[in-house]
Amino acid sequence: MRGEGAIWRNFSVPGVVWLFLFVVVPAYAVLAVAMGQIDALLQPVPQWNPIHWNVGFVKEAFTSVVPGGTYWPATRNTITYVAVTVVLCFAIGYPVAYYVARHAGRSKGLLLLLIFLPFWVSYLMRMLAWIGLLAPDGYINVMLGWFGIGHTEWLSGNPYSVIAALTYGYIPYFILPVYAGLDRLDQRLLEASRDLGANPIRSFLRVTLPLSWPSILAGSVLIVLPMFGDYYTNDLISGSPHTNMLGNSVNLLVQGGSQKNLGAALVLVLMTILAVGMLYYLWETKRQQEKLAA
Amino acid sequence: MSSTVTPEPAVPTSSPAPPVRPSRLPAWLTNPWGRPRWLRLTTWVYIAWSLVPVLAAVVFSFNDGRSRSVWQGFSTRWWWGDPNLSVFHDPIYTNALVHSLELAALDMLIATPLGFLLAIGLSRWRGRGSGSANFLMLVPLTTPELAMAVSLLLVFTQLSVLPFTAIALGTTAQVIGQVTFSVSYVVVIVRSRLAAIGPEYEEAARDLGANARQSLQHVLLPLLLPAALASTLIVFALSIDDFVVTQYMSAGGETVTIPMLLYANARGAATTPALNAVATIMVLVTLIGVGGAYLVLRWFGHRSGEAGGDSAGQMGMDLTGME
Repeated sequence: MRGEGAIWRNFSVPGVVWLFLFVVVPAYAVLAVAMGQIDALLQPVPQWNPIHWNVGFVKEAFTSVVPGGTYWPATRNTITYVAVTVVLCFAIGYPVAYYVARHAGRSKGLLLLLIFLPFWVSYLMRMLAWIGLLAPDGYINVMLGWFGIGHTEWLSGNPYSVIAALTYGYIPYFILPVYAGLDRLDQRLLEASRDLGANPIRSFLRVTLPLSWPSILAGSVLIVLPMFGDYYTNDLISGSPHTNMLGNSVNLLVQGGSQKNLGAALVLVLMTILAVGMLYYLWETKRQQEKLAA
Repeated sequence: MSSTVTPEPAVPTSSPAPPVRPSRLPAWLTNPWGRPRWLRLTTWVYIAWSLVPVLAAVVFSFNDGRSRSVWQGFSTRWWWGDPNLSVFHDPIYTNALVHSLELAALDMLIATPLGFLLAIGLSRWRGRGSGSANFLMLVPLTTPELAMAVSLLLVFTQLSVLPFTAIALGTTAQVIGQVTFSVSYVVVIVRSRLAAIGPEYEEAARDLGANARQSLQHVLLPLLLPAALASTLIVFALSIDDFVVTQYMSAGGETVTIPMLLYANARGAATTPALNAVATIMVLVTLIGVGGAYLVLRWFGHRSGEAGGDSAGQMGMDLTGME
C-alpha cells in the first residue's frame, strides 16, 4: 500500500504526543513524588531517578490502608459504600434497563431520553438538589414527619445519605451498559428456552441473567472506578470525617495539607486496588466470551 | 441496532401453541413477552426519582426568600431582580459563568481536532506502537478523575522541565487538563462513526482512482463531519460539567468555574438561591449542547441515509461515549 501506514501514524502523532505529555509524564510524576523525599518546609522533593527511589511513603501508604492503619476507616468506608451502592444500582437499575430494553414498546424513545437525561445534568447540580431536599428544614424531613418519623440530620456525617447520594449519582452509568446488553440480547434464545419448557422465571434465571452478566460487570466497573476517586459526594452530603472515603484522604493530603508525598503514595495504592479489579474484570469477560464461543 | 422498535410478540400467548406448563402465576409473570406492570412502575418511579430533585432545585432558584429548602413564594429576584446578589449582577456568578464558557470554548477548539485526527489514525494505523497508542487513549477513560488531577497537579508544580515549567496553574493548566480527558471521548465518538460507515465508501473511491489523500478528503471527511460536530458539542458539555480536574488546575479568583462554585457554596448557610439559578443555567447550557449534537447527528443521518443514520438509542450511547 505504498507506505500508507505512515500517513495514519502521522495522523495519530499530535494526539499521542499530547497523551504522552499529559498522561504518561504526570503518572511518572506521581511515582517520583511518592518515592521522593520531603524537605524542611514539608514540601515534597520528587526523585526522578528510579535508582534513588525511597519506598518509605509507599510502605506507609500501603500499611495505612489495612486494618489498624490511619486510613483503614476510609478504606473500610470506601469498600462498604461502593459495595452497597453497586448492589443498589443493580437492584434498581436492572429492572429499569430490562423494562426499557424488552417491554417499553412505543414509549421506548421517550424512556431512553428520560433515562439519559441525568447524564447531562452536572453531578454537582444533582448533589445540590439533594442538599436542598435533605436540609434540616427540607422537604424530606417534612414528608417523613407525616409518617411520624422525627427530625433527622441527613447532611452531617450520615453514611446512609452518602450511600443514597452515591447511588443517585452513579446509577445512570450502571443502567447504560446493562440496557445496551439487554437490548442486544437475542430474542430467539428466550423463545427457545420457552419452547423447551422453561417457565418465565427459569428462562430469566437461566438465559437472560447469565447473558447479561458481562454488561452487569461492565456497568459495575463503570461506577466503581470513579467512586474510588470520589471526594465531592462526601464533602457535599456529609461534610464529616466519619464518612471519609479514600478519595477524601487523597484530596486532603494533596490539595489541603502538606503531605503531598503520602498523597501521591496513596494514589498508587488506589491505582493498585483498581488494577487488581480491572484484571479480574478483563479475565472474567474473556472467560465469558470463551464460554459463549464454546 | 436497527431503528425500529423491538417487534411485538411473534408468538402471542393466545397463539395456537398451548402453554407448556399450566401455572397459577399471575399473567405478567407467565408471559415474558407481556408487559409486566410492576416493571413499568419501577421504571417510572426511577425516572421520577432521578429527575424530580433536579427540578426542585431549579424551582428553588425562583424562591422569594433566601432559603434553598423551604418555599417562600415565587420571584425572579435571584435571577435578575436583586441588583447585587442575583446571578446576572453578582460578579462571583458572572465571572464563573464567563470562565466556564471560556474554558469550554478552548477545550472544544483543541480537543476536537486532536481527537478527530487521533481517531482516524488509530483506526487505520497497524504498525509498531499502535497498540500502546490505543491503550494510552483508553487511560483517561479508565482512571478515576482524581488520580488524573493529582498527577497533573504534581507534574505542573514539581517538574522543572519544559514544557511543564511554562504552564502555571490557572486557565492554561485547566484547559490542558480538560483537553486530556476530552480527547478520549472525541476518539470514541469518531471511531464509532468510522465503524458505522465501514470501509466500502473508501474502497469505492480507491477503485475509481482516488489516492489515499483524495479519498480521505472527498469521501471520509464529509462522512465524518456530523461526528466531528457532535463531538465538539459533547466536549463543550464535558467541559462545562467538569469539576475535579478543573478544581485541581485552578488558581482561585478568576479561574473559578460554576461547578467549583457549587462545590464551595452548596452547603453554605449564607448561600442564596442564586446558586440554584447559576446551576440551572449550567444545566440548560449543557442540554442545549447535547440536544444540538443529537439534532446534528439526526439531521445528517436522515440526509445521508444509512452511512450516518442511527437510532435514538445508539445516539444516546454515542453521546455518552460509552460504546
